[in-house]
Amino acid sequence: MANTGWDEFEIGAMLRSFDGKIDDIAGTLQEDRAYSPNNSFVASVADWRIEKPVFNKDYCIDCQFCWIYCPDISIIARDKKMIGIDMDHCKGCGICVEVCPTNPKSLLMFPEQAEEEAELANWPAKDEEK
Amino acid sequence: MSEMKKIKNLKEFSTSADRFEGANLLCPGCAHSIIVREILNATNDDLVLGASTGCLEVCTAVYPYTSWDASWIHIGFENSSTAVAGAESMYNALKTKGRLKQPDRNPKFVAFGGDGASYDIGFQWISGCMERNHNMMYVVLDNEVYANTGGQRSSSTPIGGSNTTSPAGTHSYGEKHNKKDMMGIMAAHNIPYTAQVAPNKWKDMVKKIQKGFATEGAVFINAVSPCTTEWKFDPKDTMALTDLSTDSLVFPLYEVIDGKEWNITYRPKNVVPVEEYLAAQGRFKHLFKDQYKHMIKEWQERVDENWAYLNRREEARV
Ligand SMILES: Cc1ncc(C[n+]2csc(CCOP(=O)(O)OP(=O)(O)O)c2C)c(N)n1
Ligand code: SF4
Ligand code: SF4
Ligand code: SF4
Ligand SMILES: [Mg+2]
Repeated sequence: MANTGWDEFEIGAMLRSFDGKIDDIAGTLQEDRAYSPNNSFVASVADWRIEKPVFNKDYCIDCQFCWIYCPDISIIARDKKMIGIDMDHCKGCGICVEVCPTNPKSLLMFPEQAEEEAELANWPAKDEEK
Repeated sequence: MSEMKKIKNLKEFSTSADRFEGANLLCPGCAHSIIVREILNATNDDLVLGASTGCLEVCTAVYPYTSWDASWIHIGFENSSTAVAGAESMYNALKTKGRLKQPDRNPKFVAFGGDGASYDIGFQWISGCMERNHNMMYVVLDNEVYANTGGQRSSSTPIGGSNTTSPAGTHSYGEKHNKKDMMGIMAAHNIPYTAQVAPNKWKDMVKKIQKGFATEGAVFINAVSPCTTEWKFDPKDTMALTDLSTDSLVFPLYEVIDGKEWNITYRPKNVVPVEEYLAAQGRFKHLFKDQYKHMIKEWQERVDENWAYLNRREEARV
């Protein structure tokens, strides 16, 4: 199916999200799913980004605001903890940074080419005015 | 009836395994997908979905990819409602005949459509589905414009907005007609459940969606979906814009049960002036010129009037 040209489709064609059978999708986390080559999960939109979010877990309170408001399923939450960002699917919108309530923020935007380690080392201090 | 998913707080909600995938082609900061995620994650039951043509359909089914981890029907601009109603009818027929392969599963039937697809072109099809009381949920992703084709006005576009087919200029303040009261029209079908939701108020939204899933019969949901591209604001501000829309009461959050029982579900502690909502969006920027400034006052009066109306409906219980 993945190799069928767009004009070679038959009416009623079907794309499969997974290889084989999954009985309980809602109970299967992404890392345990057998994604088919037709699932957009296997693709990347990383090259859309001009800026990228960097996550500093030292300040994170695991409130999960970033998880619920990320439009691109790019905040990885496991066992009620925020554990990182899916950089293949993040489009760099910056919503997660805006909704992060900590002071200083646990997420900040940087130019796409910035070095993550250097930015983490220079993380801004608490803003006393807030 | 299957058991309702327990979602006490956001931490618990965040253990959900998303059934909507990334690397779809929606704009950065698009609210459509925030709404879709909150709806899909509100249940663990199987899903039978459909979407009318519009940003959501076009951007999540770009060959060779699908972004949906559930049965999902790619259909026309006007008829996601009837496509999903058809699937629901077939399911019921098979159930009656005892021919379901897995009769113990409880699929939920949900159709999505933009405001163009719902307030305009698919209007009569949705009305039919609601009138026949199919056991399904219809969700409008209301960004008040035909976003996917470049910003033409729809009957959901509010007065004074500048759009490609109702542009503002020296002789016009933009859109001339007021937004259609789709919630009122759908409630007048006397369907079991009608609700307006906003993704910033996720708890209110998830509660309403779960109520909708637990309802036997037709459910209509209108979801406010701020569009960074057509409302003209920075993608990072999608949630701030959604906050302004609910807290200025431009998009009041309420539900209607059986067409009679109107309940306001969110009363902002600090109501924000409508002017702030308008000022945050490029589509209204001309309203701040002297020539059109009177429109801002009229906007506030209209919103106040609508809020008073909703309060009266709530009180009257009719
Ligand atoms: C019958 C038909 N007419 C016109 C179109 C072109 N068309 C595709 S999407 C769209 C606009 C969709 O607007 P809306 O329903 O508000 O969804 P949005 O893109 O704003 O989410 C139009 C006019 C079409 N696909 N089919
Ligand atoms: S920048 Fe946007 S897409 Fe990327 S993780 Fe943050 S909210 Fe998600
Ligand atoms: S919003 Fe900020 S504090 Fe909350 S989970 Fe995300 S990174 Fe952590
Ligand atoms: S144009 Fe608007 S509705 Fe369409 S994908 Fe972009 S932000 Fe979303
Ligand atoms: Mg629209």
